[in-house]
Amino acid sequence: MKIRIKFKKYGVMKFIGHLDIMRYFQKLLRRSDIPIAYTTGMSPHQIMSFAMPLGIGIESDAEYVDIEITGTIPSKTAINSMNENSVEGIDILSFKELPEKSMNAMASICAADYSISFREGYRPDFDCITRLDAMYKEPEINVLKKTKKSEGIVDIKPGILGFSGNNDRIDMCLSCGSSLNIKPELVLNAVYDREGCELDEFGLLIKRTEIYTRIDDKLMSLDSIGTDIV
Amino acid sequence: MRKTALSEDILLSIEKPARYIGNEVNSVMKDKNKTDVRFAMCFPDVYEIGMSHLGIQILYSMFNTFDDVWCERVYSPWTDLHKIMKERNIPLFALESQDPIKDFDFLGITLQYEMCYTNILQILDLSHIPMHASDRNETHPIVIGGGPCAYNPEPLADFFDLFYIGEGETAYRSLIDLYKKCRAKGCGRSEFLHRASKINGIYVPSLYNVEYDEEGLISSFEPVSDDVPRIIHKEIEMNVSDTYYPLKPVVPFIKVTQDRVTLEIQRGCIRGCRFCQAGMLYRPVRERNVELLKDYAVEMLENTGHEEISLSSLSSSDYSHLEELVGFLVGYAEDKKLNISLPSLRIDAFSLDVMSKVQDIRKSSLTFAPEAGTQRLRNVINKGLTREDILNGASQAFLGGWTRVKLYFMLGLPTETEDDMRGIAELSNDIARLYYELIPKQERHGRVQIVSSSSFFVPKPFTPFQWASMNTKEQFLEKAHFVNDCMHEQLNSKSIKYNYHEADVSILEGVFARGDRKLCRVLEKAYDNGCLFDAWTETFREEPWIEAFEECNISMDFYTSRQRSFDEILPWDMIDAGVSRDFLKREWERAVREEVTPNCRKACSGCGALVYGGGVCYENKDQI
Repeated sequence: MKIRIKFKKYGVMKFIGHLDIMRYFQKLLRRSDIPIAYTTGMSPHQIMSFAMPLGIGIESDAEYVDIEITGTIPSKTAINSMNENSVEGIDILSFKELPEKSMNAMASICAADYSISFREGYRPDFDCITRLDAMYKEPEINVLKKTKKSEGIVDIKPGILGFSGNNDRIDMCLSCGSSLNIKPELVLNAVYDREGCELDEFGLLIKRTEIYTRIDDKLMSLDSIGTDIV
Repeated sequence: MRKTALSEDILLSIEKPARYIGNEVNSVMKDKNKTDVRFAMCFPDVYEIGMSHLGIQILYSMFNTFDDVWCERVYSPWTDLHKIMKERNIPLFALESQDPIKDFDFLGITLQYEMCYTNILQILDLSHIPMHASDRNETHPIVIGGGPCAYNPEPLADFFDLFYIGEGETAYRSLIDLYKKCRAKGCGRSEFLHRASKINGIYVPSLYNVEYDEEGLISSFEPVSDDVPRIIHKEIEMNVSDTYYPLKPVVPFIKVTQDRVTLEIQRGCIRGCRFCQAGMLYRPVRERNVELLKDYAVEMLENTGHEEISLSSLSSSDYSHLEELVGFLVGYAEDKKLNISLPSLRIDAFSLDVMSKVQDIRKSSLTFAPEAGTQRLRNVINKGLTREDILNGASQAFLGGWTRVKLYFMLGLPTETEDDMRGIAELSNDIARLYYELIPKQERHGRVQIVSSSSFFVPKPFTPFQWASMNTKEQFLEKAHFVNDCMHEQLNSKSIKYNYHEADVSILEGVFARGDRKLCRVLEKAYDNGCLFDAWTETFREEPWIEAFEECNISMDFYTSRQRSFDEILPWDMIDAGVSRDFLKREWERAVREEVTPNCRKACSGCGALVYGGGVCYENKDQI
């Protein structure tokens, strides 16, 4: 049975990187007696895949991991058991059965919401949201995008799916996944560039608030797919 | 929510911030206002090493079963954070509460190897605790050392208030009770230390005066007053099946060196290898009940979620119920999709069968530790393993499909000759040849791989070799090169890879292993010169150490290559480790005569551990 788990990551847990979070979940599932399925072969491992890695230093209200289980377990029981065996900073929010034919989380993601505020002493002296608005009116927003393998000029405008906010906080919906993967820092960097300022990424307090998939051309949160097991 | 001692900008700028935030599964949080005594338990190396140590986990769980004590952990900040903490004057903190160590009642530091000694000074320095015990007052924690290196605590004497000699399960309760009593009465630090010196196993270095003769040898070692014990007897837990054990070990977020459940099956070793300090210190052998171990294994795996379990002990093959325990674990592991990491077992039909069940034969290797290249030298060091044992084990393994063999040797053992060194290469070659003789060409998958490694012998206190001369760095390197040349002369040299250890680190280890109080100054100087993480090849630097010795006008050779006489007062003579000086002397003489001493199960050799009233000493056997 395919299961999608939604969890929240906050507090000191934001200093635990993606690979270690994977290890954390492997052990958490064992401690919580979730009947997790294993691959076959000489070194079996748990069938588990995360929707999207989260950078160190970033909190999230909506992280997703898909697993497969061999038996069945009521969602409530699973959530309670996992929360009892978890630490402060990782809260399990939902545990839902996915339809048999559904795509795994990683393959199906297309957008994510972020909420960005500024650390004390790092607030820009210009009005960020107005400038973002102005930038978005440009026909193209070309930025230099660096990945581990390469760098190149990318137009990020199609990746900015929405934004709103005020002086204290900016919310953005940005495209993610295999086609165009945009991080909030990249957008703000472009805004700062236009002001002739340098963005110190440490000054940003970023929180991911939702991850979406597209169904019938509509953005749907990843946990709207499955159903609770009773 | 817990607040971290380090600010976010620091945590985001250093390597692996998870080393410093605590919050791990099974870490113990208590209300500091409801606990009388706060104990910081330190392993003076980086988190990943410290977290892998069973002893700390045992003591951590023991202290935290005491309602009046909150025990927390602290490890050495890595060099990146060290720099920041020094620059910004941030006091070192405990992982659980994130509170400064300087506000604790006790700072306990485990002494596992000599090359972490500069890290101890780092811990004191970053904690803002005066380095010298004599400069501390009522506001500072009591700094206590324990672990194997505490059996010769003298090179650290100036920095510690007291040392705990022996196994930790037994006397800490009395020490904590005394501390509480003294605090309630308002007795000062020196009064507490004086009274603590009367608890069995506790050594308070400031209560002993040491005098030296003109050559630098100890001429007298005396307690400052009559009521301070002249001899400190080691503490030992005789009931290993009914004592503290960490059934809920802390589960780290980051991958640590031993990322698994560790099950200690027995303490001590019956073998009596003459170079091995652990084999002497932990006498007598005490086995844990096998049913208890099965329960512990299951409980610990459930409490941690670890996917691997390993067995821990010296010479695990000698544990009486090994087959039963391993059989149980193999069944349980298959069911729960767990891995079993086997200790190095004697290679025989049983161990090969187990290994083939739990490992991929093509990827795993066999390990032999002949330690010396010839039977003559193996007799000198009392290593029971014979050439036949090794070749039989290897041939069974080759027939079973293994193609990788690891061999461990030591260079610089007492009485070593060129023949013994050449023997290392010849034995490696013989094993390789055996493979080609046994396995027909069409069944081979490439070459057999023999990896031979040699370390340099460091004489340790409380071993029959404690009086022996250690080789110099030049001798060590010459020997390693000689062995390397011999390897190249072998017919099967293409199947053999030879590695040897760093010689400069071995020399320093030798200095501190058998050092005295005069070395405290050198150590402090070395730390001032920037020495830190000396156990790490990437951070070890020899020059500042050499300078420190020169600045203090102290010779390393005095401690290493000098042959001690039997009547010399050794720096560790005030400690009774269970093995008598007479036994060690007898064993040294037998070594020189190339005579083997039977193991504790075959016959009693009268080492002195009989007085503890249990363990292997009371199994049936002959007397020699």
